[in-house]
Amino acid sequence: MKQLSQRLLGPVTLALLGLTFWLGLWVTPPDKVQGNLARLVYVHPAVAWVALYVSFGTATIASVLYLWPRTRSIVMDRVAHCAMEVSVVFILLTLITGSIWGRPTWGVWWAWDARLTSTAILGVFALAYLALRRANDDPELRARRSAVFAILAAINVPIIHFSVQWWKTLHQGATVFTSNRTLLIHGLMAWTLLISFLAFTLLFFWLLRARYRLEVVRGERYETSVAEALLERRREGVR
Amino acid sequence: MIRTALLVAAKDLRIERRSRVLLWQVVPFGVMGLVLSGLALGPTHAGHSSAGPGLFYLVMVLVALLMINRSRAVEGSTGTRTSVATLGLDPAGVFLGKALALAVELWITGAVLLAGAVLVLHTALVGTLQAVPSVVVILAALAASGTLYGALSGGGEGPATLLPVLSLPAFAPLLIAGERSFSAALRGGALWQWWVISIVALAAYLALGILLYGVLEDS
Repeated sequence: MKQLSQRLLGPVTLALLGLTFWLGLWVTPPDKVQGNLARLVYVHPAVAWVALYVSFGTATIASVLYLWPRTRSIVMDRVAHCAMEVSVVFILLTLITGSIWGRPTWGVWWAWDARLTSTAILGVFALAYLALRRANDDPELRARRSAVFAILAAINVPIIHFSVQWWKTLHQGATVFTSNRTLLIHGLMAWTLLISFLAFTLLFFWLLRARYRLEVVRGERYETSVAEALLERRREGVR
Repeated sequence: MIRTALLVAAKDLRIERRSRVLLWQVVPFGVMGLVLSGLALGPTHAGHSSAGPGLFYLVMVLVALLMINRSRAVEGSTGTRTSVATLGLDPAGVFLGKALALAVELWITGAVLLAGAVLVLHTALVGTLQAVPSVVVILAALAASGTLYGALSGGGEGPATLLPVLSLPAFAPLLIAGERSFSAALRGGALWQWWVISIVALAAYLALGILLYGVLEDS
C-alpha cells in the first residue's frame, strides 16, 4: 500500500498540475478587472502556500522533533534539510511569480512592501540555513545548529502572514476567505484554485521524497568512503 | 540563572575594559562608518535629518557584527569552554550574561553614534533624545539575537563570514522597527506600534536564547 502510494505520487502530481494549467489557462474565464493577468492566481498563491507553510513548516517541525530527545534521529535532520532546500525553490518561485504579477498591476517589478520584503528575508534565511549546514562537518553539530536556526527562521512566517494586516501594504489582503470565513471566489475559479493548492502541495512532497532518497544515498556513500579510507590506512600500517 | 548572568556579564565587561577594544577599535569604526555614510550620500542628502535614523541603525548593525564576533572569540579562547562546563554554569544564565554584556557595549557605542548623528547628520536633538528609549530596547534585542546567532555560527571555530549570513536576515526587522521609531520620534509622530514590535522581538529572542543556548553550547 505504501509502495503503491509512493509510486502514484509522481503521476498524480503531474496529472493535477496538468489539470490546473488546463483549467487555469483555457477553461476559467478572465477576470473582470485584471483580465488574463488574474490567471496567475492559480499559480502564485499555491506556490506561496507551499513555500511559507508546507515546506518551511515541514522543516521547522522536523527540526523541533530533532531537538526533542525522544524523537531525535538522523531522519528528522535529513527531512529538515531536504524540506529547506525545496523551500528555497518555492520561495524563489513565489517572488518571481509575484514580480511578474506586480509589474503590470503596480508598475514596478519590486516594491518595498511589507509582505514582499518579509518573504525575501525568509528566502535569505533559507539560504543561510544551507550555508550553515555546509560550514559544519561534524554531523551531530551540523544537525543541532541547523535545527535551532530553522526554528529561529520560522518566526518570520507569522510576520509574513499578518504583514498585510499589520502594515499598509500594496499586496492585497485575504482574497479567498475574508476574516469572517466568507468565500469571495466562486464556482470554477474556486475549484481550480483548490486543485492548484493540492497539485503544488503534492509537488512539494514528491520533490521532498526524491531529495530525501538522494540524501540517504549520499550519506551511505560518505560512510562507505570513510570506511574504505580507514581500511586503506590500516593496510598501509601493516605494510 | 541571574547570578550566573551577572557573573558572565561582569567577566565579559572586565575583559573589554582591560583590552580597550571597544574604546580604540569598535567606537572609532562606528564613527568612521557614520562619516562614510554621510560622504556616500553626498553633502545635499547627508545634512538631511530624514537619512539619520536609517544610517544610524545600519552602522549599529555593522558594529554589532564586530562585537558579536569579538564576544564569541573571548568564549572560544583556550580553556574557557572547559571551565564553563566544569563549573556547571547554567547555559541560560551564560546566554543572559553574554547578551547583557553585549547590550552594554552596544549602548555605549550607540550613545556615541547618536551624538554623531546629531552633529554630522543633523538629526534634531529633541527628537533624538525622545528616540533614546526605543534605541535602548532595539539595541538590547540586537544583543540578544546576536548572542544567539553568534553561538550558531560557531564563534571562534566557525568561519567569520558565516555570522553576517546568519544574523543579517534576523537583524533586518529590528533595523526596520528601529528606523521607523527613530523617524517617528523626529517627526513627533506615534511610536507605540514600533515600541510593541521592539519589545516583542526582545522578549522573543530572550525566551529563545534561554531555551536554545544550552543546546548549542552542548554541541
